[in-house]
Amino acid sequence: MSATSPLSAADTDNPLVEGLERLPVHPTALVIFGATGDLAHRKLLPALYNLAHEGQLPERFEVIGVGRRTHEDEEFRDTLVDSIERYSRRRPDANVLEGLLNEARYVQGSFDDDQIYSELTRILDEFDQTAGRRLDRVFYLSTAPEFFPLIAGKLGAAGLNHAERASVRIVIEKPFGYDLASARTLNAELLEVFEEQQIFRIDHYLGKETVQNLMALRFANALFEPVWNRNYIDHVQITAAEDIGIGGRAGYYEHAGALRDLVQNHMLQLLALLTMEPPTAFDADRLRDEKLKVLEAIVPPSLDEVDSMAVRAQYAPGVVGGVEVPGYREEDGVARYSRTETYAALRLHVSNWRWAGVPFYLRTGKRLSRKLTEIAVILKQIPHVALQSSGSVGIQANQLVFTVQPDEGVSVSIGAKIPGTRMRIRPVNMEFRYGTSFLSESPEAYERLILDAMRGDATLFTRNDEIEALWGIIDPILEAWSQDKSSTIPQYESGSSGPREANALLLPGQMWRRL
Amino acid sequence: MSEDVWSAQDTHPDAIEAALRELLRERHAANEALAPARVLNLIVVVDREWKGEIANRLERAGRYHASRTVLCAVEERRTTLDAVATVSYEEPKGSSLGVMHESVEIDLGTEHLRALQTICDPVLVSEIPTVVWSPHGHSEAVEALCPLMDVMLLDSDDMDDPVEAFARAERLRKHAYIVDLAWLRTTPWRERLAATFDLPERLEALREIEELEIRHRETSMASALLLAGWVSSRLHWSHSHLRLWDGRPVREAPETNGDVIVSLHTAEQEAPGLAGVTVACADGTTLSLQRGLGGLDAEERNADGEEHAWKILGASRGEGGILGEGIRQALLRDPTYLPALEAARELSPA
Repeated sequence: MSATSPLSAADTDNPLVEGLERLPVHPTALVIFGATGDLAHRKLLPALYNLAHEGQLPERFEVIGVGRRTHEDEEFRDTLVDSIERYSRRRPDANVLEGLLNEARYVQGSFDDDQIYSELTRILDEFDQTAGRRLDRVFYLSTAPEFFPLIAGKLGAAGLNHAERASVRIVIEKPFGYDLASARTLNAELLEVFEEQQIFRIDHYLGKETVQNLMALRFANALFEPVWNRNYIDHVQITAAEDIGIGGRAGYYEHAGALRDLVQNHMLQLLALLTMEPPTAFDADRLRDEKLKVLEAIVPPSLDEVDSMAVRAQYAPGVVGGVEVPGYREEDGVARYSRTETYAALRLHVSNWRWAGVPFYLRTGKRLSRKLTEIAVILKQIPHVALQSSGSVGIQANQLVFTVQPDEGVSVSIGAKIPGTRMRIRPVNMEFRYGTSFLSESPEAYERLILDAMRGDATLFTRNDEIEALWGIIDPILEAWSQDKSSTIPQYESGSSGPREANALLLPGQMWRRL
Repeated sequence: MSEDVWSAQDTHPDAIEAALRELLRERHAANEALAPARVLNLIVVVDREWKGEIANRLERAGRYHASRTVLCAVEERRTTLDAVATVSYEEPKGSSLGVMHESVEIDLGTEHLRALQTICDPVLVSEIPTVVWSPHGHSEAVEALCPLMDVMLLDSDDMDDPVEAFARAERLRKHAYIVDLAWLRTTPWRERLAATFDLPERLEALREIEELEIRHRETSMASALLLAGWVSSRLHWSHSHLRLWDGRPVREAPETNGDVIVSLHTAEQEAPGLAGVTVACADGTTLSLQRGLGGLDAEERNADGEEHAWKILGASRGEGGILGEGIRQALLRDPTYLPALEAARELSPA
């Protein structure tokens, strides 16, 4: 048999990859800073286990935890096993679990201690030695944000920001900065050590299937794009409501607030995906170029305009799910006169040809009546009603609703005739739910994003200019709110749908959707 | 899991469909949060005495269930249709949605097979793909179902002779997209071989493969041939000859420079499918993957004689998982199966 293959020396693509659902990931060592923290235990480690279970990790994969708590390797592995058994979406297979963790290492120390970086270098070299090749390196910063520049700088000083014959990447958790100035500073500090293509700023919303489906729905269907503009769309409401309070996160939340916690990142990302122009290809830079263009078309409010375009409030005591709950200021760790907002609502405008004049409403809050994340696109009313006879519930504007949680799916409300002899019309829904339309369950967002970071695919990560554009939109609001020295901010009852003041943002004839 | 059940003897397809519709309507009226799954129909044709075993296999398919499963249990000399229709669901908690799955078991006779499409058609959900699986043969039934069928689920490892199995797949592909469980048993091996050769320094070695050895359970030769066919078709090998099969020459090939020796060996193993793969390249590099606990055991010997061994993680899906994957694959399209099938037919022993 002749083995003379038409593959030529010029062929750089792997012909074996064609048709495979799971693309190869090169051998990698993953270093998790903050490995004993909550995020690592609840999300990252279970995600790694599920990737291992499904055979999606690289053929050579090593994990190193870095943290301040004292642990021996063995003890560290035990804590990882506990976390995976507790939080994994599937019951762990003992052999896979052992295979994943039996070489896991732990480096204990303060993040400013040079010793941990030399220890990391030693362990990484040891892994390379054992593998007989250089492993790619991913440094995952799952720490408090003040450590991001410190760790990046120390990695650079230890020469860990690059490696011969291997890729080195750094993953930065949110929050990326505290305002525009701090985001710029952080970008500059990171870019002193790493190239932009090495930096993966994570926003786990982008790893959610429904969020990616926004693009599929818009750009893979002829049905929607013709009406996706100011001529047919009346307004858009993006909601991220939670029924829980701040839990044990007072330390973080008191400094962040709802605007920084959800609006600056997740909700503005949803807005960008909803309003951007079609990218010419689904690759990292072309997609992010389009998002950046539309984010730059959102005119930030001037300080004088903030009051008419943004509302903040705090939850007061109330009843959620039949249980009495305290107000925000009574939560453990919250200052008695705290002015941190637990609710934020905005009205924004995208100043471009497609969207001029269409208001985009964003609202998020804690301790609201239910948990719900959705994007509702409300179309304009039909110009003339000739069909409706008395007894109709009424013809309502069509609504296209993307639900991100709790049930991922899309629904379209349409007017339909009520059976009977008269032409009576009421709105009904056409629904698409992931649960009923696909056999597979959606993977956790972190599984997808960790894999993409290891593979070097930045499509679902935020670029430096994009992150600055995001901060640029909300910076004036933060500034106006910080300048407001009044002693109170509006309150809303826990378990309600938010403060009455949010209604003032709406233009005549519009109303918030029921949660 | 809760169930609503309807049954009737000496019934007809319209009555079955009406009963299903009523079961769904009643359940939805009782709980609006329950909605019927609408992904695909699955028609399964089985010998009646083995329908319990097939039902168990479908049960073990994990979360990949068809929205509506129509199990046709064939019995000699039966002249009437008996049917049981079931709607199964889990009551949703809180504000989430619950999904209902429907199944129908129809006991029918061999004489019904030649017009089986007239029995199944009224019972299917329209506008969603229909998959046909006939694990006990019943080629007459498969032929009758061709007009309804979007996807044919088969298992080339089921037949003693892979040549015959591949001929069947080749014949049926003219009517429907083929999902071959024997092919799906090779998936982890294909993924791992692709990943191994994805490294820049190994990509070059793809052009220099001299030997491909595949170890398989005795009953899984079709899987082994499909894997060999896949490598051959992806690398555009112009001709292939089996040089060895289970240690004995099967077809002699003239030895010429540049030949690739493809050899298949049977291995003792409980699970169907492959046991191992070894690839040897001209520079002396060999890579071996062997099925192990918790994944594949990999061994590499490079051109300098250095040896490395490691574990590639991944849990076994088991035969239930393979069937579930087969049902899931009915919604996808793999462009590499047919070229691999074609190459596997060329590679097959005469």
